[in-house]
Amino acid sequence: MSASIDRDHGLGLLRQMVLIRRFEEKAAELYTVGKIRGFLHLYIGEEAVAVGTMQALTPEDNVVATYREHGQALARGMEAGSVMAEMYGKAGGCSRGRGGSMHLFDVSRRFYGGHAIVGGGLPVAVGLALADAMRGRPAVTACFFGDGAVAEGAFAESLNLAALWRLPVLFLCENNLYAMGTALERHQAQTDVVRKAEAAGVPGEAVDGMDVLAVEAAARRAAEAVRGGQGPRLLEARTYRFRAHSMYDPDLYRAGDEIEAWKTRDPVVLFTAVLRGQGVLGETDLAAMETSVAAEVDAAVAEAESGPWEPVEDLLKDVYTAPVDR
Amino acid sequence: MKKMTYREAARSALRQALAGDPRVFLMGEDVGRYGGAFAVSHGLLAEFGPERVRDTPLSENTFVGAGIGAALGGLRPIVEVMTVNFSLLSLDQVVNNAATLRHMSGGQLSVPLVVRMATGAGRQLAAQHSHSLEGWYAHVPGITVVAPGTADDARALLLAALREPDPVFVFEHAALYPMEGEVDDTAGPGEIGRAAVRRVGTDLSVITYGGSLPKALAAADLLAAEGITAEVVDLRTLRPLDTATILASVARTHRALVVDEGWRTGSLAAEVSARIMEGGFYDLDGPVQRLCSAEVPMPYARHMEDAALPQPATIAAAARAMLRRDG
Repeated sequence: MSASIDRDHGLGLLRQMVLIRRFEEKAAELYTVGKIRGFLHLYIGEEAVAVGTMQALTPEDNVVATYREHGQALARGMEAGSVMAEMYGKAGGCSRGRGGSMHLFDVSRRFYGGHAIVGGGLPVAVGLALADAMRGRPAVTACFFGDGAVAEGAFAESLNLAALWRLPVLFLCENNLYAMGTALERHQAQTDVVRKAEAAGVPGEAVDGMDVLAVEAAARRAAEAVRGGQGPRLLEARTYRFRAHSMYDPDLYRAGDEIEAWKTRDPVVLFTAVLRGQGVLGETDLAAMETSVAAEVDAAVAEAESGPWEPVEDLLKDVYTAPVDR
Repeated sequence: MKKMTYREAARSALRQALAGDPRVFLMGEDVGRYGGAFAVSHGLLAEFGPERVRDTPLSENTFVGAGIGAALGGLRPIVEVMTVNFSLLSLDQVVNNAATLRHMSGGQLSVPLVVRMATGAGRQLAAQHSHSLEGWYAHVPGITVVAPGTADDARALLLAALREPDPVFVFEHAALYPMEGEVDDTAGPGEIGRAAVRRVGTDLSVITYGGSLPKALAAADLLAAEGITAEVVDLRTLRPLDTATILASVARTHRALVVDEGWRTGSLAAEVSARIMEGGFYDLDGPVQRLCSAEVPMPYARHMEDAALPQPATIAAAARAMLRRDG
């Protein structure tokens, strides 16, 4: 990227990536001491994808994400405190503690989860886009999913339906090369996700998922096409998770040198260097940013720690809209 | 009141809903140009156009999921799945999304979705088109399950489903579509969660729903000729069950026979039986009995299919045995 970067925009992107990184490092630490339980899937290494793609969205757009969605939630502007409280299982969590790490929701930000059935969010995204199309609402539905999801029938079905009905869906494939422990080439004969999309009638593009500016630019192109009524688009961001699949995963299936090689392309480090190289990031900026991010994460933890639990009497609340025992 | 078929009654509800609410649309396999696999939506494409009567690909999981998404997005989708056997391909979206989203999001979302499908046997369609799996759906908290057994209910319960803020699954028994009944097509929506006593009797309660309702009523006719008066309770809603109406009937008759076209093991009939045991044990003069489908994949040959299903004669025989007047 040689074009000069607007300072505020560049620092904004970096801060979001740093926030996701530090937030998740803290979450991992809290997991090891039992404050967070269940599954915890870290996004560390993939931050440029969520942060870059979100730049292409407006508050009127919809977001559907996966179970590895802390990054998307924070990049969408959800409060770190409400996300941390959710992982604690507290009533002040963004899903009142019913969802946990895998099921973050915030309707005020049109953040529709947090889906932990691989591929399960795609049909829902198609439906959100259908509603917008039928209601004449000029919005894009951004749907995140991983490379594992391309093996699901819902992937083929959803791309087809979105293309057939020319629905405003931006399919965002975060290709981190592994479906849990199974490498892409070990579960797909055709490993080129863009070609799969094109076979379904959805134009696609692949982008370096470690380069936040490249992701942003590609996402803007794709979102513009979708917004312009050209039907769905797919963006495949090629990325890598630096941590194991979840906190339970001993990571036996990846070679250490592969992980180390990808770490040399750490999106936070890369973008920091870009900003430094362009003279946008001054000597004190990074330290100041780290300090402010640390304060935000600390405040999120404090909020989660001090927040109340949902009363157990509310167990059956919101199974249905009407407060009845069915 | 008008005489119309169950199929026409369901169509009249669809037409009324489409005409009355711009948020309502219908989508599913062959609902448009073909006119519906069971001709329920016949004519609606011409009347409402392809935006609101949408033919879908054979992608059950995705078009049911798209119904969920469209409901989240402010519409009032009615999704038709051709048969309950095919609906198994969409169970992921039903169980993992439609049923969970409200609770799992801490009450932020609701899914005002109606899914209709044909259920049941009796047409020699063998083991992949004939089962009655609505009891499985009724297992799932977060969804509501209705099973109209009359033409009037085919209309009234569908209209009622469209007023619910949460997902409702409507099971239309395929053998009932050509059945005629009296329908008040000016009446408002029916009431979900309310069973109906279709025939009053004093000797036993036959508790049933859907496609087994006409069979239970025919059995009651057979029994009446022998001096046995059977009360026939139509559940109409399978979740939530109207336990009060069931127990009130059992309190009058002191005997209960549950007739359910689903398989016996782990069935809706088992749930009804358990509720009678829990809430009406001291009203009973004998054990609750169940008459369900034989535990086989539905066979094709007519005589074998007939033998696998509850029939008026077998219902009557079960009733006689309970009253020790058999033979």
